[in-house]
Amino acid sequence: MEHLFTWRVIIALGLSAICALIGLALGASTASALIALIGAGAAVLVAAPSPDLPGMESVRAPLPPPPPQEPTDPPASEILEAVAEPVLIVAHNRVFRANSSACALLGRHIVGEDVRLAIRHPAAAEHLLNTDPGRSMDPIHLVGLGTREQRWEMRVHQAGAKIRIVHLIERTGNYAAERMRVDFVANASHELRTPLASILGFIETLRDGAGEEADTRERFLKVMFDEAVRMQRLIDDLMSLSRIEAEKYRAPDAEVDLNAVIEEVCAELRGSHDPRANDLDCRSGKCPKIRGDRAQLSQLLHNIIGNAMKYGRPDTPIRITLRADGDTMARLSVADEGEGVDPDHLVRLTERFYRVDSGRSRAMGGTGLGLAIVKHIVERHRGRLDIASTPGKGTTVTVLLPLAMSSQRNADETHSPEITS
Amino acid sequence: MMEHTVKAFDDDIGELRGLIAHMGGLAESAIEASMVALRRHDLEAAQRIIDGDKEIDALETEVEKLAIRLIALRAPMADDLREVVAALKIAGVVERIGDYAKNIARRVPAIDDRGHIEPLSLLPAMASMATDMVHDVLDAFAARDPEKAVHVCEQDRAVDDFYNSIFRTLVTFMMENPKSISQAAHMLFIAKNLERVGDHATNVAEMVYYAATGEYMGERETGDTVPIMGN
Repeated sequence: MEHLFTWRVIIALGLSAICALIGLALGASTASALIALIGAGAAVLVAAPSPDLPGMESVRAPLPPPPPQEPTDPPASEILEAVAEPVLIVAHNRVFRANSSACALLGRHIVGEDVRLAIRHPAAAEHLLNTDPGRSMDPIHLVGLGTREQRWEMRVHQAGAKIRIVHLIERTGNYAAERMRVDFVANASHELRTPLASILGFIETLRDGAGEEADTRERFLKVMFDEAVRMQRLIDDLMSLSRIEAEKYRAPDAEVDLNAVIEEVCAELRGSHDPRANDLDCRSGKCPKIRGDRAQLSQLLHNIIGNAMKYGRPDTPIRITLRADGDTMARLSVADEGEGVDPDHLVRLTERFYRVDSGRSRAMGGTGLGLAIVKHIVERHRGRLDIASTPGKGTTVTVLLPLAMSSQRNADETHSPEITS
Repeated sequence: MMEHTVKAFDDDIGELRGLIAHMGGLAESAIEASMVALRRHDLEAAQRIIDGDKEIDALETEVEKLAIRLIALRAPMADDLREVVAALKIAGVVERIGDYAKNIARRVPAIDDRGHIEPLSLLPAMASMATDMVHDVLDAFAARDPEKAVHVCEQDRAVDDFYNSIFRTLVTFMMENPKSISQAAHMLFIAKNLERVGDHATNVAEMVYYAATGEYMGERETGDTVPIMGN
């Protein structure tokens, strides 16, 4: 630190002393000269610039720039709010602070309340009240916090002797996904085992001597063949489902003339000797090309029209219409006249292996995967699937698919590329 | 609620409420667990529920002691007094709810379903209605929310109606299947227990309402709990 008595101060003090002496010499009283001396000295000292004042900077070496400020920790409440999951700070078993998602889950009133009141779950209460230092700090699972079906994982972090940070992580989705996976495996193995069991049964019967008679043998072989075909169809469906799912993040890039695909599918169905094929009523309107995958679109049409043929009343028309819906979408709809579907079942129709009437569906040769495949194809095409049904009247399945970009369409018309996939 | 000058008083009230929430959580999950044990015919789980009831009883004693100490030492006034008195009464009721769960668990060995007692499938639905009421009323207690308490009381009507319909179904079932009459009788008691759980949830709701507002909830219109059969 610089000394207070710089040379300027010393000169000023000297000058004031000289002035006082001159005053004394000129005949002023000693007292007044002393007062003047002391006053001047005091004035000099007061006026002496402190070393930190900016006035001194011109004579001193410039200060080094202040070091950059260390980032300070933001307040705890800010950190809490930044976490999207419910977090509580518990001090002395009372909720000291809770972020807004904790308040949304457990209620606004929890701050200041006992932690058992905030998280009312026996397992949580036991875990939070246990102060034994050797206790396990593993996360515990709470069912029914919030709503009955919600599942949470609770992690507790000890911060200091009496402060704990309680972190809740929602696990409802994981649980649901896991259950769906288990259900799917169970369903798939059940569906595969049914035809297999019947094939095995018939083989055994044939071996036991039923094969001697030509008629019986023929009948049994036909049943076995049908069951084997059913199994094959199911495996094909499962494979295409997994293939579509694997590709779902890659939108199809080919351009497809949906009118041509519809005509092709209708022609195939008419050639299949199904009596219902004569009721197909294709009214394809003018519609630009869409962006899609030809093979998948053909499968989609087979599944939707196949359903309409199976579940519509005999000799009622199946109307297939295609038209442009605005500038960006093509609207394909397939309407049948039949029993329709009850609204309760409607929401679950696209689940795998979900059947409104399982016996009837199997008798018709359904695999239970048709609409699940349709849904996945539509999803991959970034389209929309809509199923409307009036019980007793009939069902209309509508699919919206995005059109190919108009600029590219013009380019395609000049090159007219062969679209295959 | 306003803070008190004596901080220890706030701590005691917080502790009291925490104890009741703990009891409530235990009673609620005991009812749910007893229905799961009944459905799966899980005797071990049933025994665990019966043993677990002791914990609820111990908590009730703790609530009583704390409430009496609070009244003796702090001489609470106005809403504080209502809070303590309501806590004392709620603890007694929640303990009863725990007893009903224990009673249901006791009947698990007596009901061996094997899929032929059709009305058994009705009980879980009724149980979920009753536990919803308990859950909601404990939420209302935690939030000191009188409106939610009124809402719980309104739900009781549905539980009563459910009980009446189960009663009829079970009596019909008994007439048709005299062989399983003792199992059906046990189920009738379970249904009655669940109906009582709903009633007790209403009692808690009334106390929550009283503690929060200082007024009694108006006389409720009670459902006809004893169905008259034979015509």
